[in-house]
Amino acid sequence: MSFAWAKQYEPSNGLMRWVDEKLPLPRLVYNAVGAGYPVPRNLNYMWNFGVLAGFALVLQIVTGVILAMHYAANAEVAFASVEHIMRDVNWGWMLRYAHANGASFFFVVIYLHIFRGLFYSSYKAPREMIWLLGVVIFLLVMATAFMGYVLPWGQMSFWGAKVITGLFGAIPLVGESIQVWLLGGFAPDNAALNRFFSLHFLLPFVTAGVIILHIWALHIPGSSNPTGVEVKSESDTVPFHPYYTAKDGFGLGIFLLIYFAVVFFLPNYLGHADNYIEANPLATPANIVPEWYFWPFYAILRAFTFDFILPAKLWGVLAMFASILLWFFLPWLDKSPVRSGHYRPLFRKFFWFGLIPCILVLGYCGGAHLSPWTIALSQLATAYYFLHFLVILPLISSFEKTEPMPYSITDAVLNADKKPVLGENTSPAV
Amino acid sequence: MARLIAILVGLGFTLVVLISFGVDTYTSITEPAPETAEHKFHLEPKAVSFPHDGVFGKWDTAQLQRGYVVYKEVCAACHSMKFVAFRDLADLGYTEPEVQALAAEWQVPGVDPQTGEAVLRAGEPTDYFPSPYPNAVAAAAANNNAIPPDLSLMAKARHGGAEYIYSLLTGYQEPSEELLAEFPEAAPGQGLYHNPYFPNLNLAMAPPLTATGQVSYEDGTEATIPQMAKDVSAFLSWTAEPTKVKRTQTGWPVLGFVLFATILAYLSKKQIWAAVKPAKRKD
Repeated sequence: MSFAWAKQYEPSNGLMRWVDEKLPLPRLVYNAVGAGYPVPRNLNYMWNFGVLAGFALVLQIVTGVILAMHYAANAEVAFASVEHIMRDVNWGWMLRYAHANGASFFFVVIYLHIFRGLFYSSYKAPREMIWLLGVVIFLLVMATAFMGYVLPWGQMSFWGAKVITGLFGAIPLVGESIQVWLLGGFAPDNAALNRFFSLHFLLPFVTAGVIILHIWALHIPGSSNPTGVEVKSESDTVPFHPYYTAKDGFGLGIFLLIYFAVVFFLPNYLGHADNYIEANPLATPANIVPEWYFWPFYAILRAFTFDFILPAKLWGVLAMFASILLWFFLPWLDKSPVRSGHYRPLFRKFFWFGLIPCILVLGYCGGAHLSPWTIALSQLATAYYFLHFLVILPLISSFEKTEPMPYSITDAVLNADKKPVLGENTSPAV
Repeated sequence: MARLIAILVGLGFTLVVLISFGVDTYTSITEPAPETAEHKFHLEPKAVSFPHDGVFGKWDTAQLQRGYVVYKEVCAACHSMKFVAFRDLADLGYTEPEVQALAAEWQVPGVDPQTGEAVLRAGEPTDYFPSPYPNAVAAAAANNNAIPPDLSLMAKARHGGAEYIYSLLTGYQEPSEELLAEFPEAAPGQGLYHNPYFPNLNLAMAPPLTATGQVSYEDGTEATIPQMAKDVSAFLSWTAEPTKVKRTQTGWPVLGFVLFATILAYLSKKQIWAAVKPAKRKD
């Protein structure tokens, strides 16, 4: 992005001048995350999670590449090779716990990043493309995480793979053929494990590519901010470096404290005991559940139990995919001209008392043993989920009376912004 | 237009899931699912504490050595422990010659160097614990069709971990009158034994620890059933994760370093922002 006041890169020595002439990489970095990127000065800590998600991806790639040096993608020995990593590889236990819990923390920061986007309506024009690419990244990360969980070839790996690939079997007529083709067999086995490993290695790099597009698209309009008021003048911004590098550094420290506490003290808390039993196609676990980060979507899948015109299973699959794909349409569904949830009283109520409890209930039900209670709860929460995004969100802007917004970001921060060049400040005194 | 389609799709999914809700709720009220014996009489593991528990825990090598004796004398008759090698026993405080001597007490499958025939030979530190059965079919045939699971990872592979193992080993009992009155079919069948800590209440493993003094401990500890159960549970915690204590001990310096770095990061953030941060104002 270039605001008129964005600083231009000036090589400080001969070497950098030489590099910058041949390949303006230093310039790119300077403009992307350096002093050449002016950012709204009022970002709160919810704006830390993009950088943290990027950090989590790097962490996963680094630990994952080393783990791949010791792992064997063969159904005969995969489970034993993971135990070899845990017992015999130097610091292998730490790498594996860092990678397994790294996936969980990746999802924690991604979910917070998405909720930030939803609350502050970061998806609205002119930032639709950033949001669309973000949803693509989320789908890629979900696919990567699912295939990664299959690799240790424990009971949950195997049965999780069986259930999820079984979803393709719900497609009418061609479903079962597609399922067999995708798995390379009638049930997950060596062929499936090998292709999952190959894709699990590939997709993070595809993700990294889409992240570059995501950040590129971000730099066209620049970051949004908690007020949702666009940047108007230089006093609304601070350069990314050192202001946000310092703030992100502190955020990273907090993230690492929690992450390492889990890696070293509770490494199996987020996992499932059954995955320490080697995969056995003849013994079905009592309760097949995915990892926690899929629970809300798993609950939606299981909420459909009645064959209404289409088979219940197909409804579940459609709803589960729809629950994420509908995010692609949010920029065109939410018509309110006001971005930030701070100035939208009705939206805010539905967000905090509708959507958030709904997701938490779905998450709980997706991980719980099936019982009449959890099924009923997940059905009500699923109903609300679709109502929220597809009915409530498109409609509330029609009858919501939004609250007065600050005149500018500077006004919001300093409670004063008197720059005659911008015209009269009509914002009511706070 | 986009909004109209979205509203119709949204109402469609809502309608279908609410039909499922209505049908399921009606069914669960008119035909409530019957209570099951597993649900009503299954017990959560007993609370037992081990020296290696928690973030400051340390292995009690004397206890692990006693647990090894219980595994060798009792469990190993039916259960393999295929991910653990004899060399790993050095963690239990044994010296290298002691490990060699312990390994030599086991017979492991080998090859006769002269004839190439399969033979049994004395174990060496590099060997892994041998399976008591040549294959899964033999294991099932000898155990009423229930294959005794490998014990290497047992303390991680069950909800409750070492506490579950302890509870199971000390939890064998006659089914209660109340249970039999309500669920006559929950009585243990032929070759099954009642144990409320086992998820479906009846298991094929006969009570393995039956009498005080079943094994003899070198350190003079009295081998009561709870003592043996606790020792072998501790031993299986170690086999499941030999690096557990190293892990928690590594965690502290790592957290200390990150905490220090975070404080520095906070102070520099504060310093850098001081110039542009206004005085606090409430929003």
